[in-house]
Amino acid sequence: MNEVTKIDGIGSSVRRTEDKKFLTGKGRYTDDINRPGQVQAYFLRSDVAHAEIKSIDTKAAQSAPGVVGVFTGADIAVDKVGGPICGWVVPCRDGSSTKEPPHPLLAQGKVRFVGDAVAVVVAETMEQAKSAAELIDVDYNELTPVVDFVNADKGAQIHEEVPNNCYFDWELGDEGATNKAIERAAKVVKLSVRNNRLVPNAMEPRSALAEYDSLDESYTLHTTSQNPHLTRLVLAAFMFAIPESKLRVIAPDVGGGFGSKIYVYIEEAVCVWASKKIGRPVKWTADRTQAFLTDCHGRDHVNDVQLALDENNKIIGLRVDTVCNLGAYLSAFSVVVPTILHGTLLSGQYDIPAIYTNVKGMATNTVNVDAYRGAGRPEATYLLERTMETAAKEVGMDPAEFRRINFIPKDAFPYQTQVALQYDIGDYEPHLDKAMEMIDYSNFEKRRAEAAKRGMYRGIGMSSYIEACGLAPSAVVGALGGRVGQWESASVRVNPTGTISVFTGSHSHGQGHATTFAQIVADKLGIPMENVEVIHGDTDKTPFGMGSYGSRSLASGGSAISKAVDKIINKSKKIAAHLLEASEDDIDFKDGKFVVGGTDKEKAFGEIALAAYVPHNYPLETLEPGLEENAFYDPTNFVFPSGTHIAEVEIDPATGVVEVVDWAACDDFGNLVNPMIVEGQVHGGIAQGIGQALLEDAHYDENGQLLTASYMDYCMPRADDLPSFKVGYTNTPCTHNDLGVKGCGEAGAIASPPALINAVIDALSPLGVTDMSMPATPQKVWKAIQESQSVAAE
Amino acid sequence: MGEISLKLNGKLETKDVADNTLLIDFIREHVGLTGTHVGCDTSQCGACVIHLDGVSVKACTMLAKQAEGSEIVTIEGLADGDELHPMQQAFHENHGLQCGFCTPGMVMSAVEMVTKNKNISEDEIRKGLEGNICRCTGYHNIVQSVKAGAAKMGG
Ligand code: FES
Ligand code: FES
Repeated sequence: MNEVTKIDGIGSSVRRTEDKKFLTGKGRYTDDINRPGQVQAYFLRSDVAHAEIKSIDTKAAQSAPGVVGVFTGADIAVDKVGGPICGWVVPCRDGSSTKEPPHPLLAQGKVRFVGDAVAVVVAETMEQAKSAAELIDVDYNELTPVVDFVNADKGAQIHEEVPNNCYFDWELGDEGATNKAIERAAKVVKLSVRNNRLVPNAMEPRSALAEYDSLDESYTLHTTSQNPHLTRLVLAAFMFAIPESKLRVIAPDVGGGFGSKIYVYIEEAVCVWASKKIGRPVKWTADRTQAFLTDCHGRDHVNDVQLALDENNKIIGLRVDTVCNLGAYLSAFSVVVPTILHGTLLSGQYDIPAIYTNVKGMATNTVNVDAYRGAGRPEATYLLERTMETAAKEVGMDPAEFRRINFIPKDAFPYQTQVALQYDIGDYEPHLDKAMEMIDYSNFEKRRAEAAKRGMYRGIGMSSYIEACGLAPSAVVGALGGRVGQWESASVRVNPTGTISVFTGSHSHGQGHATTFAQIVADKLGIPMENVEVIHGDTDKTPFGMGSYGSRSLASGGSAISKAVDKIINKSKKIAAHLLEASEDDIDFKDGKFVVGGTDKEKAFGEIALAAYVPHNYPLETLEPGLEENAFYDPTNFVFPSGTHIAEVEIDPATGVVEVVDWAACDDFGNLVNPMIVEGQVHGGIAQGIGQALLEDAHYDENGQLLTASYMDYCMPRADDLPSFKVGYTNTPCTHNDLGVKGCGEAGAIASPPALINAVIDALSPLGVTDMSMPATPQKVWKAIQESQSVAAE
Repeated sequence: MGEISLKLNGKLETKDVADNTLLIDFIREHVGLTGTHVGCDTSQCGACVIHLDGVSVKACTMLAKQAEGSEIVTIEGLADGDELHPMQQAFHENHGLQCGFCTPGMVMSAVEMVTKNKNISEDEIRKGLEGNICRCTGYHNIVQSVKAGAAKMGG
C-alpha cells in the first residue's frame, strides 16, 4: 500500500486518467450529442451597434422550407421569460447601487451591440435556418453608437436605467490618507496604462441542446458550461420560474472556458424555451464568428496610477483611478471583476500603508465584458507591476531591489492590506531570487551586449504578482455584494467492493480533476487511484456546487472532497472498532488499513466497505449502514498564490518583431497535488498573457463593428510565437485548508503581461523609450524605434 | 444531392448528401464520427485536421465531393485497437492536452509532420504546428509530446 501511495498520491505527476478518450476521439462535447427529432436554431443578430427596432417582419421566414418556428422578443415577452441576471453588485460613491438594466433573451425595442440577438429561426437543418433568417426584415432606426468607453458618459444613453452610461462608480480604501501620502511624498510616480480588450476564445465554441419531456414536464439541457448547477439555478429560478427538479443541466466534456462559459447566455435559455414551444429537441452551436461577437470579452480598462515614495524609495501611498468597459448589458460577474477582484489586489506583494481606488464601470455598444482568465487580478497586477518597474527606473534602482525593499516582510503574515484582504501567508523574496537565478539575471547585461553586436535590442522585465483566488468565505462574498455562496460540495460514495465514486460540484474543462481529485482520495485512503472515479458536470448526479472559475477547484472543491473522505475514515474507524472488538480510540488508520494500536489486528479498507453494506456483524444500534458522506466546504479566507515571472526578449529593429527568448516563472501555489498538471496550467496562463502583451486586441471601429471577429484578424498565440518556459516553485502552504493548497489556474495570465511589457521597454530603453502599450505589435514597436531615432537626430 | 463514397478509417462509407456538404460535416454529421472538431470558420484553427490519402488536410476547407474515392483517417482510426498510436501515447505521457478540443487535429498534424521528417527539431515542430491553435497548453507540452512521439516513431 505504501508503494501505491507513493505512485498515485498527493505530490506525484500522475498521467491523466481522462486523456485516453480525448486522444482517441471519444470525447463527448455538447455539439457531438444529437437527439432524435432534433431541430437546429439559428439566431438572427443585429448588424448595427445601436438602434431602435421599428419593426420585424418574419412572415417570409415562417414559410421557408424546413422552418418549424420563428420567434422574436415579443414572443419571449408574452411568455414572461426573464433574462440573464447579474450575480454581484457593488455600492456607488453616491450611495446608490449598481444600475441593472434588463437584458431580454431576444431584443425588445432596441439593439445594443453588433451581435445582439433579434430573432431565432428553428428549422430542420442549420442551413435551412440560416437561409430563412435572411428572409427576416428588420427595420432599424439607427442611433449614435457609444464605443469609446472613457467618454461614454457623454454619449447617447444606451439604457433608460443607466444615466450617463455609468453602471457604477465604486471606491475602496482611504482617499484622505492616500492623497496626504501623495502630497508629502519625496517622489510621485505617475503612469497611465490601458488593459487591452481580449476575446477568451476557448477552442470549443459555445453550444446548447435542449429537450423537453412533456410526460413529466421537465427539461434536459446539454450545454458548454463551467458551472452546470449555477446554470440550472439561473434558468429555473430567474428565467422560467420552474422548480429546479424540472431541469437537468449537463455540461459534458467542455473544450476550455477561461471564464467565458461561466454565465448563462441567452442562446441556452432560448433553446430551452423553444424546445417546449416546438416539442422537439433544439440545438444551437456557435460558429467562431458568433463566438467573437457574442462570447463575453475580457479586460478593457484604463488606469491612472499615482505611486508615492518616501526619500528611501519606500512606498507610502497608491492611488488608482480606473474606467472600465462593461459593454451593452451587465453579465453575471461583470461588476465584481473590475471592482472586488481588482481593487482588493492593489497592494500586490507590497507593504503599502495607504491605498485608494475609484472604478467607473461604463456601458457601451459592444458585447458584454466579464471574467477572462484572471478576471480583475491581471488588470491590477499589470498596472502595479508596470508602475513598480517605472518607479525603479525613475529612482535609479534595480527593479528587483526596488521590489525587495517594498515586499511585505515574511514575518508580517497574516498581513492586513489597506484594501480589505488579509493575506494568510507568503514569502516573496525566495521566488524573486529563484526566478532571477533560473533566468541568470546577473549575467543579463552580457547577453544584452552580445545581442547589440548582432544589431538586436535585448531586454529583461519582471513582475511579482499576488492573486486572491479560491473564492472564498460566503459571508465575506455576501458582505461585498455577491449574490451567491462560495462554498463547494463533494459527495464520496464508497461502493461495497471498496471502489469509490466521487461526486464534485466543481467542473473540469481541461483542468484534470478526474486525476487530481482521485489522487487526493487515493492518497488519503491508501488505495490505488484506479479504484476512484470522479463524476462531475451533471445536476442529476452531483451535489449542488459552484463549478470552476477563479482557480477555486482544488482549494475549495478539493478541500470539500478531503473533508468528505475524513468523514468516511471516521465512520470506518467505528466499524473497524466493532469488527476488531477494540475501542474506537485505539484504531489507527494507515496505508489503507485500520489497525488496533500496538497489535497486529487489522482490517483492510475494502473489508470495512463490505461490512458497511452487508451489516451482518455491525453496530446497527449506534451506526447507520452504508458508507457515503457529503461535505460542503466554505473556506475561511481566500487563498493567495504569489510568484515572480521574468521575461527576456529580443527585438529586431528592422521589423519591430518582439521575440520572447526566455521565460522564468517561479510560483508559490502552496502544496502541489499533481505538479505535471500545475505546470500545464502555468504554461497555458503564460501563453495567454503573452498573447495579451504582444498579439491580441479586440477592436471595435467607431460604428461599433468588431473589426477583429475571426482568426484572420484577431491574433491568437501560435506555437511559433512562444518559447518554452522554465517553471519553478516555492512553497508556503495555505494555512486555512487541509491540503495546504492555493490555486494555479490563473497565475500565468496574471503575472506575464507586465513582465513582458517591462522587458520590451527595457530592451528599447537605450533609445529612450519609457512606455509601450499592449499589445506590443511589430508595427507599434517599429514606430517607437523610428520615433526615438528621429528625436535623437533632431 | 448525390452519392459520395469514401473509405473512412478502413471502412467504406457511402452517403447521399447535398453537393455543398463539407467533408467535416460528412464525417461528423453523416457518418457520426465526432472526434474531428470544428473550432473556426476561416480555416485557421486546425481542430478539423484529418489525413486524406496520407496527407493532413483541414476537413472544414474541402467539399466531401472532393474526397470521393479517397482514403481518410481520422483520430478515431489512429490507434491500433486498444493500443494507442505512439504519438497519442506521447501526448498522454507529456501532458500534451488539457481540454482535448484541439487534440485530434494536433495529433493528426503531428503524425504527418513526423512521418515526413523523423528528425524534426523543436523549431520545425513549432513552425509545423502554425496551423493548429491550442488555447489551453501554451504549446510547451505539445512540443514536448511531438518530440517524444517522433522518437517513438523511430526518429
Ligand atoms: S475548423 Fe477547420 S481550421 Fe478551424
Ligand atoms: S487542449 Fe484545449 S485547446 Fe488545446
